[in-house]
Amino acid sequence: MEKITGGEALLLSLIEENVDTIFGYPGGTIMPVYDEMYHYTHRIRHILARHEQGAVHAAQGYARVSGKTGVVIATSGPGATNITTGLADAMIDSTPLVCIVGQVGAPFLGTDAFQETDFIGISMPITKWSYQVTDAAEVSQAIAKAFYIAGSGRPGPVVIDFTKNAQVGRCDFRYQKCSFIRSYVPVPRVKEEEVAAAASAINEAKKPFALVGHGVELAGAEKELVALLEKADIPFGWTLLGKSVVAANHPLNMGMVGMHGSYAPNKKTNECDVLIAVGMRFDDRITSNLNAYARQAKVVHLEIDKAEISKNVKADFPVLASLKESLPLLTQAVAKAEHASWISSFKPYAEHELTKVVTPQLHPSSGDITMGEAVSLISKKADGKAILVTDVGQQQMVAARYFDVNLPRSVVTSGGLGTMGFGLPAAIGAKVAAPDREVALFVGDGGIQMTIQELGTIMQDDVGVKIVLLNNSFLGMVRQWQELFFGKRYVATPMVNPDFVKLAEAYGIRGRRVSERAELEAAADEMFAHKGAYLLEVAVQPEGNVFPMVPAGASLEEIRFE
Amino acid sequence: MEQEYTITAFTENAVGLLNRVTIIFTRRHINIESLTVSASAIKGVHKFTIVVNTSKEQAEKVVNQIAKLVEVVMTFYHTNEQIVYQELALYKVSTQALLDNKKVEEIVRTHAARILEVTPDFTAIELTGYRHEIAELFRQLDSACGVQQFTSSGRIAIHRGKHEILTEHLSELAQAHGGQSIEMVSEKAWE
Repeated sequence: MEKITGGEALLLSLIEENVDTIFGYPGGTIMPVYDEMYHYTHRIRHILARHEQGAVHAAQGYARVSGKTGVVIATSGPGATNITTGLADAMIDSTPLVCIVGQVGAPFLGTDAFQETDFIGISMPITKWSYQVTDAAEVSQAIAKAFYIAGSGRPGPVVIDFTKNAQVGRCDFRYQKCSFIRSYVPVPRVKEEEVAAAASAINEAKKPFALVGHGVELAGAEKELVALLEKADIPFGWTLLGKSVVAANHPLNMGMVGMHGSYAPNKKTNECDVLIAVGMRFDDRITSNLNAYARQAKVVHLEIDKAEISKNVKADFPVLASLKESLPLLTQAVAKAEHASWISSFKPYAEHELTKVVTPQLHPSSGDITMGEAVSLISKKADGKAILVTDVGQQQMVAARYFDVNLPRSVVTSGGLGTMGFGLPAAIGAKVAAPDREVALFVGDGGIQMTIQELGTIMQDDVGVKIVLLNNSFLGMVRQWQELFFGKRYVATPMVNPDFVKLAEAYGIRGRRVSERAELEAAADEMFAHKGAYLLEVAVQPEGNVFPMVPAGASLEEIRFE
Repeated sequence: MEQEYTITAFTENAVGLLNRVTIIFTRRHINIESLTVSASAIKGVHKFTIVVNTSKEQAEKVVNQIAKLVEVVMTFYHTNEQIVYQELALYKVSTQALLDNKKVEEIVRTHAARILEVTPDFTAIELTGYRHEIAELFRQLDSACGVQQFTSSGRIAIHRGKHEILTEHLSELAQAHGGQSIEMVSEKAWE
């Protein structure tokens, strides 16, 4: 067999891993790989971002919607450092990525060569694994390992630092998928005694409450979860990333928990007798003050990652296993139950929130358009079928609260890292992964400008995302904190903005700005009727706030409605 | 309550792994008192011995996070009561000073230290022991004849348990993957 270059070996390896889409940006040290791509355009679609950060967030959006591993290619030095934010984001939100970055030739390593940076060193704390390939013969093994590690167990980002000499060097190509690394046990074996103990705790519960997280989606265990919740009649709340695990309209669904979550599920966290956490990690945006969080409850924690168990909240009954395995066993072991009066005790809180917050947000009679009414109108038009992508900030929280999704794998947002600028490129990736579904992006005037160059990607690759820009001419969430906690001293939050519709037009993207309530519905209809990308800019209440809110570090009892 | 914990990690011999391990401590602002990396009894497996002063809770969390690293085979932590441990120290004193003061020889004997090398210029003394013993010998030598150079190693330790946890873990893994021997498994992983 004829020897091939390391660059070609990389592409063949990607094809072996069923990769058909790459997000990337070329440059000096990765050019041999791009040159080989010339011959593989029929097998692999390369989407050219406008900045490496755009490429990595797009790959994250792609991975989150498709369930596949997202692939990024960038050059060394600045190309690589530009993807670090995406790596950190993917690490904390458990998103499988394989990022291949160029590197100077092995003989130049450590010499401060042009565009050399120690990217293995830089990325170490924010990658699940990384490896420097310095020889073409290593390529297929390294890529096989990279995909296995990125996608198995608790997923995460992997970096392959690919020296230029290895790209042009020659090797025999032989591919063997990786399925075992002795030092790596991605899926702990389920222990029957743990399941039994958790089941008896649930069986004894009079007031059980479940917290549903992203882990359920990552395990593909949505149905298994619903079976458990329904059999034992357990009401549940969800984390931001667990939003699309169970349909919004499920009768046991009590809404989002956490800082801007709903009153009832937050309140009931501190009233339940057994708290069942499923594939979530008790982030501080969920728990707020740990010393005042669910102290009365026995905690059952179903998790795949041992390091998460008792990290923040002590688990009385840990079940360390893949949810795909543990949930069915637990469902089998729990008794059929009914908790009608417990479930109906959520109602007064929900009604309180409805009167205090939801109704004024969604149905204001006068004044500026609120973020909530824009989101809920677009939600209605999308009919629970769209994929929701958000940026970070007020629009994110409002979208999480008022945009309904009824299909799995339908929420893409930056949870743990809170990356402004994530939304626009992530929406591109989501749409590329699911071209037949509507992708609705909610983004603020601050966040969109962090990665606005990706409008160019939308133009070039004809990516039909619906961009809903909620423009309040402020960095809204920071301004909200300034208003509530910093004596309304507005520093560095008012924004002087460009004409976004004109900007979109310059990129060939249809757009419309709405500032009158009466126009909103027609504009939303126009957006969804339009084939292709669309930017709907809604001028919203400049000083609108997101409530309810549990102030950072406060107890859940200190939830605020104004 | 903070106390001394000895964390042991068995790992693959991978470039950069040391960095990945130490990052876990720096993130939590835990100072590493001592760190020793060496080959273990099993071919291809390296052993990290890390001493830290911290709480049980932190030690547990750190161990879980180290264990999570892809190239770490196994990690655990022990209190000092649960292990046999030693450090090694070398002292350099002037040979003339040693000859001038007979007390020096007595100090070496009472500490069960060894004289490694004697030249007209200097004498090298070695002691294996606990850190406080090493410090005590330093104090006595220094006041008797002055210590010209001193160095001590990090801690090495073996636990007092009956079973060799790592060997059992590796055999279990090997069995789960078709009953190959431990070495075979390691080769297959990368082949």
